[in-house]
Amino acid sequence: MADDFEFPVERTPILMFAAALGETNRIYYDEAYARATPLGGVIAPPTFGVAAAHWDPAYPLRGVRRIPEPPPRPAQSGERIGGGNLTRVLHGEQRFEYHQPLRPGMQLRVSERPGRSWEKEGKKGGRMRFSERITEYRDERGELVLTATSVGIVTERAVEGGA
Amino acid sequence: MTGNARRSFEELPVGTEHEAVVVEGLSRTQIVQYAAASGDFNPIHHDEPFATRAAGYPSVFAHGMLTMGLTGKMLTDWLGDAVLASFGVRFVRQVFPGDTLTAKGRVTAATAEGAAGRVEIELVTVNQRGEPVVSGSATALLPRRKSA
Repeated sequence: MADDFEFPVERTPILMFAAALGETNRIYYDEAYARATPLGGVIAPPTFGVAAAHWDPAYPLRGVRRIPEPPPRPAQSGERIGGGNLTRVLHGEQRFEYHQPLRPGMQLRVSERPGRSWEKEGKKGGRMRFSERITEYRDERGELVLTATSVGIVTERAVEGGA
Repeated sequence: MTGNARRSFEELPVGTEHEAVVVEGLSRTQIVQYAAASGDFNPIHHDEPFATRAAGYPSVFAHGMLTMGLTGKMLTDWLGDAVLASFGVRFVRQVFPGDTLTAKGRVTAATAEGAAGRVEIELVTVNQRGEPVVSGSATALLPRRKSA
């Protein structure tokens, strides 16, 4: 299982993430606008927590990225999306519990742990193995900011569900 | 547009519905843009030969988290910024380039809790054929309207 890692929340990555969603909401980039709202400043969109992947040394879907330096041994296969054969792993479910919005300037500490795992016989995909991962994001004071639960599926064949 | 003002609890009784087209004719460019922003470079989402020949899919397809993010856009545009207490989805069908997605929400429960109110929302996002691509739920904490 991966070690904890730091996730600095910054305005430019928030802008890029919101832009990729086709967002037009100024709360995600316009500091002057955002300061005048009750939120008092720019915040990140509700699914931005996944962008912590950029700082996760053990993240398996890195493309050509070599920084931060990956751990000497690859993350155990199958336990996380992309940990095994990339053609057969899918994202089955995702859930977030929000405690405070993510804001530029936050220095978050991210920790992950495995959750439940189970198997199911799929019509198209053959035997499907499901495994849950729970990720906690805490601020400098150790307060919980965000909890994310993701369910990865390893399938035998191409399937209709998952993404 | 500007940001999203928070709805009051009283504006969202049980049964209230909302829907929005969150992407029209999804482009490969947007999928690639999302890959870069999220850090998820699984080639199944951008490398056509990999997605078709190696993995057996009809083409590349969107990250589930892109579809979830688009569904989240409907929620925040509808309910306001930073009001969600939880948001969860199940990815039930892949989203392919060219797809047009409509995200739909419906209030299934509303409970007053002091100065705030808790609203439970059932979610489904469908493609241009009306097939669900994600289904899920969200909880929002909304301010209660001050009585005059």
